[in-house]
Amino acid sequence: MIQASGLRKQYGQTVALDGVDLHVREGEIYGVLGQSGAGKSTLLRCVNLLERPTAGTVTVAGQDLTALPGRELNRARQRIGMIHQHFALLSSRTVAGNVAFPLEVMGVPRAERQRRVAELLELVGLQGRGGDRPHQLSGGQKQRVGIARALAGNPSVLLSDEATSALDPATTQSILALLKRLNAELGLTILLITHEMNVVKSVCDSVAIMSGGRVEESGAIADLIRTPGSRLTREIFPLPEPAPAGAVTLTFTGDPGRPLVSEMVRKFDVDVNILGGSIEDLAGGSVGRLRVSLTGAESSSALSFLRASGLIVEVAGEAA
Amino acid sequence: MTWEEIVPLLWPATWETAQMVGWATLFTVLFGLPLGVALVAFDRDGLRPLPALKSALGIVVNVGRSLPFIVLMIAIIPFTRFVIGTTIGTAAVVVPLTVGAVPFFARLVETALREVGTDVVQAAQAMGASRTAVVRKVLLPEALPGLVSGLTVTIVALIGYSAMAGTVGGGGLGDLAVRYGYQRFETLVMIVTVVLLIVIVQILQSLGDWVARRISHK
Repeated sequence: MIQASGLRKQYGQTVALDGVDLHVREGEIYGVLGQSGAGKSTLLRCVNLLERPTAGTVTVAGQDLTALPGRELNRARQRIGMIHQHFALLSSRTVAGNVAFPLEVMGVPRAERQRRVAELLELVGLQGRGGDRPHQLSGGQKQRVGIARALAGNPSVLLSDEATSALDPATTQSILALLKRLNAELGLTILLITHEMNVVKSVCDSVAIMSGGRVEESGAIADLIRTPGSRLTREIFPLPEPAPAGAVTLTFTGDPGRPLVSEMVRKFDVDVNILGGSIEDLAGGSVGRLRVSLTGAESSSALSFLRASGLIVEVAGEAA
Repeated sequence: MTWEEIVPLLWPATWETAQMVGWATLFTVLFGLPLGVALVAFDRDGLRPLPALKSALGIVVNVGRSLPFIVLMIAIIPFTRFVIGTTIGTAAVVVPLTVGAVPFFARLVETALREVGTDVVQAAQAMGASRTAVVRKVLLPEALPGLVSGLTVTIVALIGYSAMAGTVGGGGLGDLAVRYGYQRFETLVMIVTVVLLIVIVQILQSLGDWVARRISHK
């Protein structure tokens, strides 16, 4: 749905994007995770060409945006929704007026606009608040107006620029739940940037981790979790690093029904000492990570048993 | 002079001032508003970056603002004659008043427009709004309270300028104060016109502040 290749963005001597490729599939929620200054905001703004990349191309819904002349770019942008960290609502307009703005830009007639605005406000749970001014709303409500506005043109893609970073944890969750629902109900493809792992964990199907203007790691979360040594796994499950020599880190995904560790202890002559671990709900399934130390004569066959049973086994001091 | 003699002089003078300032305000907005928008839009990181043109406009505006009004009024007499056909009278004064106030107002418009957050401008662009739509539907409405305040300051400045218009036969309250209060030593006329000017300015300023507050939704 969104395909960016070879994106570079330079401001004078500063390189904000250093050859970034991004592939967002239709209907998925794709998160770009990184510290401030990693280039994720520039990346997002290159997708709808608010920033024109120094080099590289951006294709959204099959259309190469970098090749479009101004007027057609504006028309293409009407099909790409965007929400903002500080909401970017017009204080000169009411809530309904804000949601109507993109419809006015598109030249939708007044009666149709009013009908659509009512529909959109209901979709985001703000029915009856159309006459309010943005300053009368809470942060979460403002972002709901932002979302309603972004959806006005029936976009196939929604870009989210740190949309929950200015909100408290409970409100963040309710906005994320709304995004997730819109993704499911409308088949909306969402590209979001965030510095919060929590956002990625709660809603994303895929992720790209950025730092220093480059993508360090990207892919479906379910796949990254299964990749030994992936940065995502290490960041989601913070275990003491580096692991003590000989410590074994086990990552298990999917159905935790089978008691593998106790099976292993019965089958092989090993003792297990648990050093740390946690379980997270990720990308629709639960994923756990456990750090243990194994002692006993049959340690290596025990590890082979775990590998054969589908666990990802990393032994400290050994190459993954 | 007695009160009964002064009042018949006050009305025509007030009316002349109102006419001069009224027309000059109208033309100032007509020319100053687009100029102010241009100063913002042609900026290096503006809607339509034309830095060379923006610098040129900036210089013209600064030249306009560095001339004292009384000098400007005399300096542009040929221009006034070209536009109005005469350089004397209330109508002729509207030309220098406008020329004097346009750069002043344009700078105030520029300041007000710069107060509008880049985030709302970019949000509008992300929604596919054209440059004209951004100016008409975002910049100007969002800056409206600031524009009203700027207009109020401009009108008050115009009242001040219009007092100098007596020198080219423009009439008005300033002219009345100079001719009667100063040249004929009629202190009462001086006091009455000064008080009247203060009252007018106070009313206009309060009105401007009230309107700006009413339309602000911050």
